[in-house]
Amino acid sequence: MIYLILFWEFFKVGLFAVGGGLATIPFLYNLSEKFNWFSVSELTNMIAVSESTPGPLGVNMATYAGIQTHGFLGGVTATFGLVLPSLFVIIVISRFLNKFKENQIIKSIFYGLRPAVAVMICIFLVALLSVVLKETQGIYHIIISIILFLCYLGLVFRFKWHPIFFIILGAFMGILLE
Amino acid sequence: MIYFQLFWSFFKIGLFTFGGGYAMLPMLQKELVCRGWTTDDELMDYYAIGQVTPGIIAINVSTFVGYKIKGIVGALCTMVGIVMPSIIIISLLATGLTYVWDNSVVQHAFKGIRLVIPALLLPIIIKMLKKSLVDLGAVCILILAFIANFCFGLSPILIVLGAGCLGVLFSRFKRKKV
Repeated sequence: MIYLILFWEFFKVGLFAVGGGLATIPFLYNLSEKFNWFSVSELTNMIAVSESTPGPLGVNMATYAGIQTHGFLGGVTATFGLVLPSLFVIIVISRFLNKFKENQIIKSIFYGLRPAVAVMICIFLVALLSVVLKETQGIYHIIISIILFLCYLGLVFRFKWHPIFFIILGAFMGILLE
Repeated sequence: MIYFQLFWSFFKIGLFTFGGGYAMLPMLQKELVCRGWTTDDELMDYYAIGQVTPGIIAINVSTFVGYKIKGIVGALCTMVGIVMPSIIIISLLATGLTYVWDNSVVQHAFKGIRLVIPALLLPIIIKMLKKSLVDLGAVCILILAFIANFCFGLSPILIVLGAGCLGVLFSRFKRKKV
């Protein structure tokens, strides 16, 4: 029964949180008030842990919340509840898109969407860089970070290595430089 | 076999994505576009739709790709694949491995990774801009989206909806002139 409630509550979060993982935070806050599954300070911890672990933020949050309340099975239940609405919604949209792919209006909608998406990813990139620079203390470290970033850029443009390789390289350099 | 490939690709993507939906773009591009599973244009469309539909963007995009390649079972494979690393890692953390995360070596590694992601994203953004800026109308949409997001902090959902409307509007206008 408790699993059903857990599933249902996170199903609702998945259904109504539109956008990235951060969009789930208000809903989780609401859950912490409604049930005694986790406190607000635990929620803050969750956000911190989710942000620095691999995987989508929203999924990490659901798993963490589920485990905090009902152990491993709770984590699986909450995550499953969270992602299920996506499955329904996307399948319906995919069917619709396949049918109307050549429709002029659908085409012009995507013509408008593409530049907007490119800009939003661009702004994400700038935000990420400014977070890194804010974290870095001292002019010496900042200069090293900038040089390192330029080196990464050169490597990425020059060689078509797998991103996993670069991510591991980045982790390694992060440890080495501290 | 293709199901396992789908699962494995998205398992890797989930494992090496730090920081949510947009940060997984370089991984998606390498794993999917290079294999011929999707095109760059389709990926952008998935992001645009994932942004305005319920659920977490990363999950929505994964479901889209899985469904496109192998129907509902394919969608389930990609979904389980991307969620699995989160469940494993968060479970380990919650059951008492938190000291690993407070460890300064791990924190430095994450700092290092944050510097790599922008470098991985830049070539993709340039490619996207080249492809999406097909005429003056698209440039207008790009500038408006930038102002709306960067200067006014408008929600991505509203920007995607607005960009879609402008796309239809500009296309109409173009056809009338011709």
